Amino acid sequence: MAVIIQNTQIAKNIYKMRVCCGDDAKAGQFYMLRAWANNPTFSRPISICDRDGDEIIFVYEVKGKGTKIFSSLKSGDNIELLGPRGNGHELSAKKCVLIGGGVGIAPLVYLAKQLKSHGAEITAYLGYTNEAFLTEDISKYADKVIENIGGYITDYIDELDADSVYICGPEIMMKKAYELYKYTNAKVYASMERRMACGIGGCLGCNIKTKNGNKKVCSDGPVFKAEDVFYE
Amino acid sequence: MNRLSVDFLGINFKNPIVAASGTFSFGKEFAEFYDINMLGGISFKGLTLNKKEGNEGIRVWECESGMMNSIGLENPGVEEFVEKYTDYTQNIDTVKIVNMGGNNLQEYIKGAELLNKVDFDILELNISCPNVKSGGMLFGVCEESAYEVTKAVKNITRHKLMVKLTPNVTDIASIAKACEEAGADALSLVNTFQAMAIDVLHKKPIFDNIYAGLSGACIKPIALRMVHQTAKAVKIPVMGMGGIYTGTDVLEFLMAGASCVQVGTANFINPLALKNIIKELEAYCEKENINIKDIINII
Ligand SMILES: Cc1cc2nc3c(=O)[nH]c(=O)nc-3n(C[C@H](O)[C@H](O)[C@H](O)COP(=O)(O)OP(=O)(O)OC[C@H]3O[C@@H](n4cnc5c(N)ncnc54)[C@H](O)[C@@H]3O)c2cc1C
Ligand SMILES: Cc1cc2nc3c(=O)[nH]c(=O)nc-3n(C[C@H](O)[C@H](O)[C@H](O)COP(=O)(O)O)c2cc1C
Ligand code: FES
Repeated sequence: MAVIIQNTQIAKNIYKMRVCCGDDAKAGQFYMLRAWANNPTFSRPISICDRDGDEIIFVYEVKGKGTKIFSSLKSGDNIELLGPRGNGHELSAKKCVLIGGGVGIAPLVYLAKQLKSHGAEITAYLGYTNEAFLTEDISKYADKVIENIGGYITDYIDELDADSVYICGPEIMMKKAYELYKYTNAKVYASMERRMACGIGGCLGCNIKTKNGNKKVCSDGPVFKAEDVFYE
Repeated sequence: MNRLSVDFLGINFKNPIVAASGTFSFGKEFAEFYDINMLGGISFKGLTLNKKEGNEGIRVWECESGMMNSIGLENPGVEEFVEKYTDYTQNIDTVKIVNMGGNNLQEYIKGAELLNKVDFDILELNISCPNVKSGGMLFGVCEESAYEVTKAVKNITRHKLMVKLTPNVTDIASIAKACEEAGADALSLVNTFQAMAIDVLHKKPIFDNIYAGLSGACIKPIALRMVHQTAKAVKIPVMGMGGIYTGTDVLEFLMAGASCVQVGTANFINPLALKNIIKELEAYCEKENINIKDIINII
């Protein structure tokens, strides 16, 4: 059980929630969030957007029942956090490209911060449907930020010289972005989403087919090498 | 004194709480959250003779007070399980139940024979599997095929045999009796109810297989009725399940005639669910000054 410090709207349907939690979480990991008893049945997977001392920051889009409940929470309310879960990112890169689409931009904030502290040079491409958010946060760490509203962010990618590329967003966008780097030397990572029941590897609900057989997004992922998941 | 201990098939269970097959994997994931050896037992992820990749598409879907799943029995296969048995069951010091299904009689027989190579407590036979030879009808939906598969496995296995019934039948008592006659040592029920969900936006079924298995609180009242009918129909012990979330739910199943229960979906709501249920039962027995076995089959 954790206490909510702040929960405010930052763009249309997009909320930022600061939660008191001192976990040692890695960029790319997520938590299973729950602010109700038995209904809805499942907890909701939300990525770590950022960390700030003893606080974890989540940025989420209101989609359905669960995220609607999250959006109604006030500071001082409790929320259950199960996590951090998942593998998270490796941070060895020197020259990186981050590509985010929609609320998939959220986890890139903490990733950019971590990469920067490892001395990496960062270019970020951020694609939005209606309204930009978190651009300033990412600009604090990225050397170059390209944003687009309403178009396809993959149309604006011009930096192909990178040793690592991190993509998070809708699956079609991730696939398209991967195609751009497929024949370069860059290592490309995609953060995958699947519906989850347990979030801890116990139900096989979040299965993803990879080049190396079935994997679980919740525990083998959510970060995968793009070549392993977009191989067909 | 342990007020929660129960006897099931001559095996002493620390308490009547067993993790349900397919919801607890082989236990390792939950061991991160609490000492899983406090459980009465664990029914492992359902096995089939050959490794299965499971179903494509969406596999889990939430609904009011429950969920649907279409995992498709993804599992490593009996052979690998037997080969790496010590890895799978390492550090597990409670009643071990191996759950197995099959797509034809031969698969059940071969699987059960291979499982004779390893030691565990109970073989749970999942007969909610389509019989490929009879056009995909589930083994568990008619008396003849339920009898046949139970008898065939009973003949070959050296383990205690518990047959897991499907609730997708018109008369659960007659299927239960057929399994008892065929030599089942115990019965467990219910497996999931066949169900469906539709994506109205795209005008298509949510699941690639169209239908999926319903579990969780929404099935509890029906599951309880079926456990009651079964317990009244047979002399062999019954392990009840279906939508158990709390200690009170467990008490209902025990009073209805189950000697033990399995808990599945609740593990997804809270990985500590089974531990919490055991604590609730301890408090109940303390308060009522009874042993849990005193309330079994009193209704
Ligand atoms: C590893 C991971 C990290 C994520 N990080 C974020 C994040 O940082 N910010 C954010 O806004 N969203 C994130 N998502 C997506 C988010 O989990 C879903 O948008 C959310 O669960 C929708 O819940 P709901 O109750 O609003 O929608 P409903 O439609 O009511 O949800 C019904 C069920 O479907 C599941 N579901 C619906 N959409 C998705 C989806 N896209 N991915 C997985 N499950 C889904 C829900 O969890 C729930 O079990 C992440 C998903 C995953 C898998
Ligand atoms: C994700 C999931 C996977 C399951 N896998 C199996 C399985 O492999 N074998 C089996 O006999 N039952 C399986 N079941 C059924 C459960 O063991 C149990 O019978 C059913 O879910 C009802 O109990 P519950 O309402 O407590 O979940 C599965 C259920 C779920 C939700
Ligand atoms: S959500 Fe249960 S295994 Fe991943």
